[in-house]
Amino acid sequence: MIAQQIINGVMLGAIYVLVGVSFTLAIGILNFLNFSIPGLFMVGGMVTWVLLKGGWHWSLAMGGALFTAALIALLVERLAYRRSRNSDPEVPLVSSLGFLVLLENLALVTVGSDQQAFPALIADFNLRIGSLVIGTAQIISLVVALALVIWLSVMLHRTSFGRQIRSVAESRDTAILLGIDVDKLIPQIFVFSALFTALGGILFALTYLQVSPFMGEGVGFKGIAAMIVGGMGNVWGAVIGGLLIGLAEVLSIRFLGADMVNIAVYGLLLALLIVRPQGLLGRPPAREKL
Amino acid sequence: MSGYQLGLLVILCFNVIAAYAVYLPLAAGQLNLGIAGFMAMGAYTAAYLTNEMGWSLGAAIPAGGAAAGVLALVVAIPILRIHGIYLALATFALGQVISAVFLNLEVVGAAAGYQVIAYAQPAVVICVTAAVVLFVFVLSRTRFALYLTAIKNDTVVSDLLGLNVRALQVAAFAIGAVIAGIGGGLYGHHFSFVEAQHFSVTLSVYTVLYVLLGGTQTVWGPLVGAAFFTLIPELLRAGGGWRYALFALFIIGFMAWRPQGLVTPALGRALTRMGRTREVRP
Repeated sequence: MIAQQIINGVMLGAIYVLVGVSFTLAIGILNFLNFSIPGLFMVGGMVTWVLLKGGWHWSLAMGGALFTAALIALLVERLAYRRSRNSDPEVPLVSSLGFLVLLENLALVTVGSDQQAFPALIADFNLRIGSLVIGTAQIISLVVALALVIWLSVMLHRTSFGRQIRSVAESRDTAILLGIDVDKLIPQIFVFSALFTALGGILFALTYLQVSPFMGEGVGFKGIAAMIVGGMGNVWGAVIGGLLIGLAEVLSIRFLGADMVNIAVYGLLLALLIVRPQGLLGRPPAREKL
Repeated sequence: MSGYQLGLLVILCFNVIAAYAVYLPLAAGQLNLGIAGFMAMGAYTAAYLTNEMGWSLGAAIPAGGAAAGVLALVVAIPILRIHGIYLALATFALGQVISAVFLNLEVVGAAAGYQVIAYAQPAVVICVTAAVVLFVFVLSRTRFALYLTAIKNDTVVSDLLGLNVRALQVAAFAIGAVIAGIGGGLYGHHFSFVEAQHFSVTLSVYTVLYVLLGGTQTVWGPLVGAAFFTLIPELLRAGGGWRYALFALFIIGFMAWRPQGLVTPALGRALTRMGRTREVRP
């Protein structure tokens, strides 16, 4: 029984990993707590559902959702981040939150506030090993999440594009002096982070077979927690953090009851922040915005 | 004044109190994303005191504020060791933990919510709000506010110039929490009901939103921001289901156009200048 709980925790964690990685990219590179990420998570699941209902093939529907999320992320960059990057550090947070409210309410107006059943693409999509049940959608989530993170970490450390991103994270001014086209690079980072989040939303819909306009909030906040636990700006930290949060959540439901989840998860987070603010894998920040 | 207008005014009052609770720590450079937790602390303490202990409203609500303040002092000592975004996220986690604890506390009704018998009249809410606003305005004229601005602008230099940075930060954080606790106590007694689900992250984050929208550079900012946030969605009521979407568009457009917030010292000076030129004219 406990093995089943651990499997469930890891699978839930895989989704937090994707959201946590998005947050960590936005914070680590841009120093921007991007509150539109929970909205993009919802867009991933919701747009896929709408397009599937419209009779699209599942691959096109998912592609459409990812594309929509990327477009929205470009808008967020243009209107929330770029306009206010030289003003008080909390300012982009406000307009990114504006985007979250906008996205949720657009979804609310178009599909209503009810939870919608997401169609199971393949009936009984589960693997059974002995008495353990493992959702195939969940395995796909985990594999996709890990593959993306490995790819991201190789890209950040081995390629020229990754070096450019890291130099912007180190110091934007120096990066500009060294001839990096920051105005071109930053939108790309936004798109990356949006694709990760929206994919998380799609995988969430596939695994739990439901979408709703507010599905991003709970997961988004757990994604922030995952990012902090692992250490802000550290991609592997977000992976470890996401899996730990997923496990903590599932195990506290099992042993303490569903009402205790928030106390357990956020209490853990608070304790960790006090003892080790930089997170498990993070380094203390050299400079701080916000 | 119709019932609708009075109701709106009371909601405006709660939003103004919450906005000043966020503003004080923010003036010292601390972004508190857990203000709802302190409101919950005040609301439940005050409600418990009037319901079970038979305290009067006038004693219970300040006691709720004091309870939130004590909680803030206790957590401030470990929490304010961390800065910037780490602090913001620690307060975020703290807010979640506090409301989750109340959600599980059987003695105050747990998830079913807690009935409050004593009732705070709208007039009481308005008077207390006026007192809070007056208090913050008076505070903003003192050296204390100047010290907070200094800490916000440069912690190291303020420290070098002999300010007790830690004590001032803890004080700003705790006074903010007291104000939040008073607001929470009033809220519970006005609506005769307290439920932990109301004091969510969303409430905390929205409150920060009012303050930043209004502008943090002057003491007027939170007032204007809260008024704006309460009244504009009402004006957009004609938009039906679209009103919050319209409102969000409004926020995005507004922050793109004026990232420093609505009210800034420069705006204040411009208004004063306009006032003067008008006076000079015969």
